[in-house]
Amino acid sequence: HLATSLPLPSERDHLRPRIDLIVFMIDIKSKYSLKNVEASLAHVDPSFFLGKVYFLVTGVGRVNYCSIDTNAICKLGEAYCSPVLFCELELEGIRVATAQRLLRILQICAGLVPGVSALSFGLLMRKSADD
Amino acid sequence: EGVDPQRAAFLLRRGWSLYSVTPLFRFSRGRLREYARLLGAAIAADRHKGLAVQVGVDTDIGAALSSLPGLQGSERDPAAVLVQLSSRSQAYPKNSEDKIVWSGCFCCVYGDDLSENLPEDFTCLPLFLANGAETYTSIVGSWFQKTFDCSFRRLAISPLSLTWMVAMWAGCKVDKGASAVELVFSVPRLSQPLDISYAIHPEDAKALWDTVQKTPGEITQEEVDVFMDCLYSHFHRHFKIRLSAAKLVKVSTAIAQAHCDGIVKILHSQYLSGVLMLLTELAITQIQ
Repeated sequence: HLATSLPLPSERDHLRPRIDLIVFMIDIKSKYSLKNVEASLAHVDPSFFLGKVYFLVTGVGRVNYCSIDTNAICKLGEAYCSPVLFCELELEGIRVATAQRLLRILQICAGLVPGVSALSFGLLMRKSADD
Repeated sequence: EGVDPQRAAFLLRRGWSLYSVTPLFRFSRGRLREYARLLGAAIAADRHKGLAVQVGVDTDIGAALSSLPGLQGSERDPAAVLVQLSSRSQAYPKNSEDKIVWSGCFCCVYGDDLSENLPEDFTCLPLFLANGAETYTSIVGSWFQKTFDCSFRRLAISPLSLTWMVAMWAGCKVDKGASAVELVFSVPRLSQPLDISYAIHPEDAKALWDTVQKTPGEITQEEVDVFMDCLYSHFHRHFKIRLSAAKLVKVSTAIAQAHCDGIVKILHSQYLSGVLMLLTELAITQIQ
C-alpha cells in the first residue's frame, strides 16, 4: 500500500488489513520529502517503532543533486530508533535488490520467520549501520 | 589581507568554471617560464593537428605562468598560480597587443585538510578556475595532468552547498543599491523544463539571516535550514508551490553567484578570500 503522507484516510479503516511494516521514503533530492516524512511520523502509533518502521533514502547515486544533509537523516533514524537504508532507485540492479531486502524485512515484521522478531532484527540493522 | 587588488581584480565579475585538482607532483615555482614554453608548444602542436577550433589561423597562442601571492588563507597554503593564454596576430605582430584568450588559476585557501599529510614533492592547489574556450581548458588540463601526474574533475555544487552559499552571502553586509538575492529552481519530472526564479530584496534577506544566526562568525546546518524554510514557506504562502521539492540550481547575491554546474562569479572584492575558501573546501571534499 502506498501513501503520500499520513494519516491514512479514515474512511477505509475497516477494510484495511493489519499493517506489519512502515517504510518512509525520503528522496535526497527533495527537502520537502523529509519535511513530509517528519510530519507523518507524528501520526504513527508508538508500538510501530519497535522494529516496524524503516527509513528508505532514495536518489543517493547522484551526489550533485543532494538537497538534504545526510546527518539530519541519520539523526532522524536515531531519534525514532529505526534503521535507515540507502538506495538508488534509478539503477535496476539496486532497485531489485532493495525490493528483495524490504520483502525479507516485511516477512520478519509479519512474524513469518521463526526465531527472528521485528525488534531483534531492527536492533541488528541499526547496530550494523553504526559500524 | 595582503592581496594586491590590481592583480586579483581579474578574478572578479567573470564567470569561472570550477575544477578540483589532485596535488601536483614536482611542481617547481622556479621553472614557471619553462612550463610556459612547454605549454605553448603543446598548444601549437594541438593546433597543428587541427584540434583547437579558433577563428583566424594567423594568430599565435602564447602561454604565461605566474605566481599570484596574497590569495592564501593560512601560511601553509601555497601561492596561487595563474596561467594565461594570449593571442597575437601573426599578420601584424608589431601593431596589435597581446589579447588574453583564456585564463586559469590554481589556488588554495585554507587547504590544510589536504596538505597536512602530503610528502614534500607535492604541491597542493586543489581549486582550479577556468575562463575561456573549453578547448583550451582541455588542452591546458591535459598538459598539467601529463606533466604533474594530477587529475582534474569538474566541481559540481550540490543544492545543499548552494543553500549554504546563499545563507552566508545574503548575510554579508552590503552597500545600498546591492542587487537582489535570487534563487533559481528547476522543477523535475515535467515534459518541458520549468525554471522558477525567486528574488528577495537584499535587506530583507539579511534581516532574516540576522534573526536566524545565533553566533556571529559561525554558521550551523540548522541555521541554514531555518533560513531556507522561511523562504520556502513565504513562497508557498503566496504561490502554493513547494520549492523544497524542486532542485536549487543557481544562487545569486551581491557578493557572488554560483551555479550547480560548477560555475561561479565573484562580485565583491572584500569577500573574494571567503568565497575562495568555501570553494577550496568543496574541491577538497570532492578529491577525498
